Amino acid sequence: MEDNLLLDAIERYYKGEMTAEEKTFLEELRKNNPEIDQLAVEHTYFLQQLGKAADRNCFKETLHQVESKLINEGVIKHKEQGRVVYLWNRYKRIIAVAASIAIFFSLVTTSVVSVYNGGKKDSKITPLVNKTIQLEKDIEALKVKVGNSSSAIHPKPVFKASFTATGFLIDGSGYLVTNAHVINDAKNLIVENNKGEQFYATSLYINKTTDLAILKVNDTSFKKVKNLPYSFSRSSADLGEQLFTLGYPREEIVYGEGYLSSKSGYSGDTTSYQVSISANPGNSGGPVFNRNGEVIGVISSKETNADGVVFAIRSKNIYKALEEVKQGSIKLPFNNTIKGLNRVQQIKKIEDCVFMVKGN
Amino acid sequence: MNISKSDNEILGELACGDSKAIENIYRECYGQIEGLIMKNNGTSDDARDVFQEAMIVLYENAKSGSFSLSCQVKTYMYAVCRRLWLKRLQVMQRYTNGLDHADVGVNVDEDIEEHERKNAEISMMEGALNKIGEPCKSLLKAFYFEKKNMPEIAEKFGYTNADNAKNQKYKCLVRLKKLFFSNNKNGG
Repeated sequence: MEDNLLLDAIERYYKGEMTAEEKTFLEELRKNNPEIDQLAVEHTYFLQQLGKAADRNCFKETLHQVESKLINEGVIKHKEQGRVVYLWNRYKRIIAVAASIAIFFSLVTTSVVSVYNGGKKDSKITPLVNKTIQLEKDIEALKVKVGNSSSAIHPKPVFKASFTATGFLIDGSGYLVTNAHVINDAKNLIVENNKGEQFYATSLYINKTTDLAILKVNDTSFKKVKNLPYSFSRSSADLGEQLFTLGYPREEIVYGEGYLSSKSGYSGDTTSYQVSISANPGNSGGPVFNRNGEVIGVISSKETNADGVVFAIRSKNIYKALEEVKQGSIKLPFNNTIKGLNRVQQIKKIEDCVFMVKGN
Repeated sequence: MNISKSDNEILGELACGDSKAIENIYRECYGQIEGLIMKNNGTSDDARDVFQEAMIVLYENAKSGSFSLSCQVKTYMYAVCRRLWLKRLQVMQRYTNGLDHADVGVNVDEDIEEHERKNAEISMMEGALNKIGEPCKSLLKAFYFEKKNMPEIAEKFGYTNADNAKNQKYKCLVRLKKLFFSNNKNGG
């Protein structure tokens, strides 16, 4: 135990934690006792070395932090970097052309196949659903053009969206959350519910870092929703937790389910999750719910070169966004009224609060 | 480097481990270094590695207090990275006929030698730390690296009180010291 005290004393001396009295006592002790002096020299050297290692370690950690921040910002290139695509219909025209080609060939193939199969039903056609819709949209757009050129007067201006995505209510009086990349530089915004009713909206807040945006519905025809059925989780979700989402990858609302596959997002981003839910262009901005119907995140992007890797922004960031907006009028729902209901019931309550976001 | 701050100010901030200063140096210098290394048989990973090493050289110099720059930070970083990369190429025997980029005429050999000496010392300490095993390693790291205090450590490692934790830390420290000095003798 003697040694213990002595080493402790030397350490405190080295760190400069001693009082003047203690110092003189120790110095006296060292002067009169060469063995203790030897020990002190040795121990001080050892502590110095340990301190250097600690200092280096600490600096390296700071370096890593800065580096990963800069990698995220794209200042530093990263070898394993996969490209992230945003899930919205920016490339609609290209897709439409591709789709018409695809449809042409698939029609040819299916007719050939059906000739050989004797009209047996073929499941290969399923993936085309989304694309035909693209084509329909295009045809609609064409109709509008034709209509305009014949100078017909429309009672309502037809809103021609250049993109569609998803958003959901955070306050029943008409505040929605969606992704910042969705409304990036949209001039006009419209939100459409699952009944097809459209309302004009404006963006209230855009944060490109967290990729969150808050929209406000300005339309007088918008009916306020009194109590939102879901609540927002502040805590972190657990690995493997069952999740589900609602969104508009097509004109109709689409349900998807999956699980939390990682607690961090794209290249280690801890403000988001990796989820295994099938998501397509249009799902951007959709809510991710856990089993109890709490919002744990907002779908934002997926990785191009990997399968089933979708990223969702943590719901905590919504709270942060609201703090930044500083509008006391926005109140996140407190109570979760769909906990314990079965999924079909939950969806019935939620689907009225999930909107398609359109803009041009 | 004329972003309103003088190089000496930047060194001062760097010496405190200020992450903003690190970030500024990265933004200012990294692109050039990456170009240098990628053009000379390196990958982007190599570039990040070498740049990190050079940052440590600069940091340790800045901390020593006696260091003063004879050129701009950017030039200095370039010179250090160039030297470090040449050395690595030699070790990997990929080196052929000189680097594709010009020498900037700043002599950093001494700084790099000093840095390597320090590296050797630190790796000795880390080697000892890796040998001592758990829970000693985590305990000592918590105290000396993460600068946690004894009550925190007692709670984290499940000791009944701070005195117990302190006792355990003392035992670990003595073991580490033994390992460190025995390695030192073998090494020297």
